[in-house]
Amino acid sequence: MNVLTMPSPPAGDAVRAYSLKTIGVSKIFGPLTALDDVSISVEAGEFHALLGENGAGKSTLVKCIMGFYSADRGKVLLNGAEAKIANPRDARANGIGMVYQHFTLVPSLTGAENLVISRADAPSIFDWKKEKAGLEAFLNRMPFRVPLDVPVSALAAGEKQKLEILKLLYLDQRLLILDEPTSVLTPGEADEMLGLLRGMTQRKEVSVIMITHKFREVTAFADSVSVLRRGRKVGGGKVSELSVEDMARMMIGDTPIRDRAIRADRAPGDVVLDLSALYADDDEGLPALDQFNLKVHAGEIVGIAGVSGNGQSELVEVLSGQRPLKDGRIVVKDEIFEPNRKSYAKLKIFGLPEEPLKNATVPRMTVAENMAFRTFDQPPSAWLGWWLSVGPMRTKARALIKQYRVKTSSPESAIADLSGGNVQRAVLARELSGEVDLLIVANPCFGLDFASVAEIRAQIMEQRNRGAAVLLVSEDLDEILDLADRVAVMSAGTINYVSPVGSTNRAEIGKHMAGH
Amino acid sequence: MADIAEPMAPPMVAASEWRGDLSIRIRRGAEYVAIPLFALVVSAILFSLFLLALGKSPIQFFQLVHQGGFGTAFSIQNTLQRAAPLILTALAVAIPARIGLVMIGGEGALVVGGFASAAIAIPLVTGKASPMVALIIMAIAGMIFGALWVGIAGFLRYARGVNETISSLLLTYIGIATMNFFVEGALRDLTNPNKPSTMPIGDAYMVGKIPGTDVHWGLAIGVLLAIVLHILMSRTTFGFAVRVTGGNARAALAQGIPVGKLIVICCLIAGACAGLAGFYEVAAIQGRANASLVAGYGFTGILVAFLARHNAIAIIPVAIMFGGLVASGGLVQRRMDLPDATVLVLQGLTFVVLLVSETLYGRFKIFQPPITADRT
Ligand SMILES: Nc1ncnc2c1ncn2[C@@H]1O[C@H](COP(=O)(O)OP(=O)(O)OP(=O)(O)O)[C@@H](O)[C@H]1O
Ligand SMILES: [Mg+2]
Repeated sequence: MNVLTMPSPPAGDAVRAYSLKTIGVSKIFGPLTALDDVSISVEAGEFHALLGENGAGKSTLVKCIMGFYSADRGKVLLNGAEAKIANPRDARANGIGMVYQHFTLVPSLTGAENLVISRADAPSIFDWKKEKAGLEAFLNRMPFRVPLDVPVSALAAGEKQKLEILKLLYLDQRLLILDEPTSVLTPGEADEMLGLLRGMTQRKEVSVIMITHKFREVTAFADSVSVLRRGRKVGGGKVSELSVEDMARMMIGDTPIRDRAIRADRAPGDVVLDLSALYADDDEGLPALDQFNLKVHAGEIVGIAGVSGNGQSELVEVLSGQRPLKDGRIVVKDEIFEPNRKSYAKLKIFGLPEEPLKNATVPRMTVAENMAFRTFDQPPSAWLGWWLSVGPMRTKARALIKQYRVKTSSPESAIADLSGGNVQRAVLARELSGEVDLLIVANPCFGLDFASVAEIRAQIMEQRNRGAAVLLVSEDLDEILDLADRVAVMSAGTINYVSPVGSTNRAEIGKHMAGH
Repeated sequence: MADIAEPMAPPMVAASEWRGDLSIRIRRGAEYVAIPLFALVVSAILFSLFLLALGKSPIQFFQLVHQGGFGTAFSIQNTLQRAAPLILTALAVAIPARIGLVMIGGEGALVVGGFASAAIAIPLVTGKASPMVALIIMAIAGMIFGALWVGIAGFLRYARGVNETISSLLLTYIGIATMNFFVEGALRDLTNPNKPSTMPIGDAYMVGKIPGTDVHWGLAIGVLLAIVLHILMSRTTFGFAVRVTGGNARAALAQGIPVGKLIVICCLIAGACAGLAGFYEVAAIQGRANASLVAGYGFTGILVAFLARHNAIAIIPVAIMFGGLVASGGLVQRRMDLPDATVLVLQGLTFVVLLVSETLYGRFKIFQPPITADRT
């Protein structure tokens, strides 16, 4: 499939999109049936959403379609005919492409280079002039553009995600599978991208299967939906005929979800976290924190809002010892903060960083070991502070797995084998199972289903009600308005607006987010 | 900790099924044995083709290796004698590997450590110190200087982000040059006209043999160290912190683990092991420091560590195997009229095949706990 000699743009109403059906797909991982007889159907040119709680089997299903896993039973029909897909290369040759939750582009290459090298028939020597002309022709047929001559690392998240999609279209894929494609995007970016895809499905250029946890995206962009629950397909249909409540009920059955956490009425206590005049650089050596000041009191949640890239992740990294502080003072409960285990334990500082698999776990260590990161050097996990007691460590992990309902086949599984949401839960279990005085949280609900979101927010609120000081950095303004006592807006590495949540509004916050 | 809301779903697996844990570990272990063995077989086949191309008999080669390395009591002792430094230099690779470093400076640390032992022996021997005291001081000097050598690479990595693989390799050349500088200059023993060397320490100061054998104590110490370091890495909080750091340094930092300190400590341990190997080469074999110290043990140790998958216990048998290969080198050379470098070709082939075989992990169903079946 040479893209450059590909037939010219679709003429008239030619349907280029492919239809796909799975029939009775089952996938078994040892004691765990991850998929049980799942049949879904996606018409040509349909925008199909795949819903389900964390660990329901959504990623496993699309991985079976893509040939990452071989299904134990069942088959996949492409355009009505059985497709034999043994590996992702076959999938690609069959016109099925996937956008992953994490970017797969080569950051140091330009967009154009990324597109061209991704081709199966990429020659060993490129005639760049010819390639550029080919790309130009290709882009002219596309509904959207991305700057192709700058390194990918210089693109914003939304542009990168668009480039991922362009790549699939460039490879002439007719069925696009997207696994939580918007979790790294702002709502604006997400809407733009999904809108473009919707346009393409309406013109029958591609079909789309999208995994998501956001009902808003389903109702706004999808035509039809399938809902998985504990590996079974439990419902679905036309989005126009279903309400959000219907879909939610299918996802979790009639197990009650946790009520919204109640904010206990309490006066803020003493200052727990005092950040004064912090300065720090980003990876490129440019100032990321620039005279950053903030205080967080006991029994209070301070939410930091802001457009991403204004120093929020650097702030969290500084507070978790991952980035050196250039200047300034971090004081926790009247003590100068040192990012070492002693002060974490003594001052009871805990954290839920974003992207837990990357920031808070060792993917190839076991669930039990990962859950012991906080306590491995304290009794009963450690004996004389030196000798590791594996027994108590495993017992503790089992208790936490049960209490936080982490879905794993065994405490000895590698944590990388857990579903995205369950990695988050495992980290949560580790960080919230003790007594917490200071909690630093960054985008805690990325990639979580709505029931888990409710639960995690309730737990954060509970910690606050108990008297913990909570610093919540979130790109989701709703989350901040829901949880925080005070909101602080971060822009260009500094706080330029602080207000109690009760006496401000979105417009006011938005104005300061834009840097005014 | 407050209660969580009603369960959304029962735990997927009942506690009783967690007995499967053991089988997961056994299967993983089996994979770690089978794939390196497979790599060894493949490289033996490739090497046989190489020999055939030279018009030599592979069968004869392997027979000679067997005979020269393991055939007689004498050859076995010779093999073990050579396994001793290999265990130590392999540990010098394996320990930093646990914290995520590819440190290949064992050769340099061995040479520098050996030279330091020989140099400090000069005043001790001329001052007629008691042999016991002298040997202990020599061993400590060897370990300190070896530790320093790898420690420098570790420190540069930690403080300045300098690539440790390159710096440890370059430090090896600096170490060898430094020894030559002294051996051919200030510390040269002028009574020995043949080969520039330091002053011989004399028989009275040599390390003894393990009773009943012809093998020096370095072997026992190497085995002991391998066991101790294995326990350190797998059973202590220190080892746990090292594994966390090696697996994900960002997560380690966020947990308050002193990453930089651990990196430097691991490198110091590694260098001390290699330096100790140098000490035994001087005090048990050569009796002095000279160019013979640069015998390639440090480099063969890299291969041993990789074959053993940086597992300190597995290093012991692998080192013995390669000790046999090294020991049989002379015999093979004489009988088959093969050049000196032939054994190096075999080692190089093994290393390449081994690195390629790294991509095989997780590909074979039988080794996968049924749970992670066919992960890609
Ligand atoms: N390679 C694997 N080995 C063992 N178990 C696995 C493997 N991959 C997935 N699982 C298990 O299968 C179940 C389904 O996982 P999957 O990743 O499909 O969930 P998901 O619906 O995508 O959830 P999330 O919304 O959290 O991403 C989980 O319980 C997970 O632990
Ligand atoms: Mg998933």
